[in-house]
Amino acid sequence: MTPLLQVENIAKFYGARVGCTDVSFDLFPGEVMGIVGESGSGKSTLLNCLAGHLTPDAGAVRFDTRTEGLRDTVTMNEPERRMLGRTDWAFVHQHARDGLRMNVSAGGNVGERLMAVGARHYGQIRDAATDWLGRVEIAADRIDDRPTAFSGGMQQRLQIARNLVTGPRLVFMDEPTGGLDVSVQARLLDLLRGLVREMGLSAIIVTHDLAVVRLLADRLMVMKDGHVVETGLTDQVLDDPQHAYTQLLVSSVLQV
Amino acid sequence: MIQVENLSKSFTLHNQGGTVIPVMEGAAFEVAPGECVGLTGASGAGKSTLMRMLYGNYLAASGHIRIGGVDVATAEPREILALRRGTLGYVSQFLRVVPRVSTLDVVAEPLLRTGHARDAAEARARDLLARLNIPERLWGLSPTTFSGGEQQRVNIARGFAYDYPALLLDEPTASLDIANREVVLSLIEEAKARGAAIVGIFHDEAARDRVCDRVIDAAAFTPKVSA
Repeated sequence: MTPLLQVENIAKFYGARVGCTDVSFDLFPGEVMGIVGESGSGKSTLLNCLAGHLTPDAGAVRFDTRTEGLRDTVTMNEPERRMLGRTDWAFVHQHARDGLRMNVSAGGNVGERLMAVGARHYGQIRDAATDWLGRVEIAADRIDDRPTAFSGGMQQRLQIARNLVTGPRLVFMDEPTGGLDVSVQARLLDLLRGLVREMGLSAIIVTHDLAVVRLLADRLMVMKDGHVVETGLTDQVLDDPQHAYTQLLVSSVLQV
Repeated sequence: MIQVENLSKSFTLHNQGGTVIPVMEGAAFEVAPGECVGLTGASGAGKSTLMRMLYGNYLAASGHIRIGGVDVATAEPREILALRRGTLGYVSQFLRVVPRVSTLDVVAEPLLRTGHARDAAEARARDLLARLNIPERLWGLSPTTFSGGEQQRVNIARGFAYDYPALLLDEPTASLDIANREVVLSLIEEAKARGAAIVGIFHDEAARDRVCDRVIDAAAFTPKVSA
């Protein structure tokens, strides 16, 4: 089976400091991978390198494109990479306002991504937007409201609708549940899990919340100081951690 | 169906002075289709550790665990996930579910994941929940708020929904009343009759004697402490 994403020795340095280095893995279609680690461990740097937001200093990120098979997205030209960003990839930001247009209506936010890939029929775009707002549990009568009038949880759900409307194959998520209260988190997790299963999405989720990865991720990568210290099946890494840092991380979680 | 060879395991506690605790050495046994093997031994003998290693939840230090053509001790995460989807079932003592998902969906999920039609999956789930005496009015609710015994039965229904060729049971009859215990034992007998290879931990001796074809003492795999 061809991996959807093949990452080879990715490294990113900020001057003399290490952002992340020596990161390699294969992600297969339908797999959800979690990346955990404390603040500053390089997980967001890595995610941004993979999603083409940062240019890595070394290594290759090969994506299985629909027409030409595996292509290195690092050396690909900018328009091609942008096209992937609009079609096959989606990026869910921690702060919804980074991923939304705050002065455009909810329906417009969802429709804009469709128009970016060529949709022009207003009725169809509005129908798709209504359908997606329903799927992320936003009432249809809020379609003309701006995201500024939405709660934090609703904004996050709208961001997810905007990202998934074009049927991407790979979703990058940076702390998708960060800053939301726990009841809203549970709802969002349930929603994400359902969408991932239904659409057969592959996803890479960066978070520091171990409960989130236990629910969503098939496998886990643990990072510390820019290096990957442990990888494996999610429940195995959490229940039988091998590396000193992972053991510390797992044992530091407060029990409710 | 299940072959364990020269399996060993130790825990290294890096944050407690690097203490190494050897817990298993040279474990070896086989389980044939249609056979039920009970693990015995005092608390701390390593029964649960062995079960978790069979499921891929704990990492083996060395040795092999062959289940349905996959060596769990060395397999890639996605191979283990595929094995868990279609071949290897596990009924743990605790139910871990996503909040907000209904009991019926929790039980039907193993069938839906393996490509069964929703009608058939839900019919099977209803049947199992009814047999295990979960009141129908609870089926639409999430099991997170259920009592301990109810959660245990939901867990069992989920574990038996799909006909796994290999099944791991961790105290399936604990905290159940007599009627429900009887239902669980007959579910185990039915699984054996259709050819499932079963490894179980039963503290309930009568239950063990009834369903197990033989027992393995986990203490035999405990490393001898050298003086």
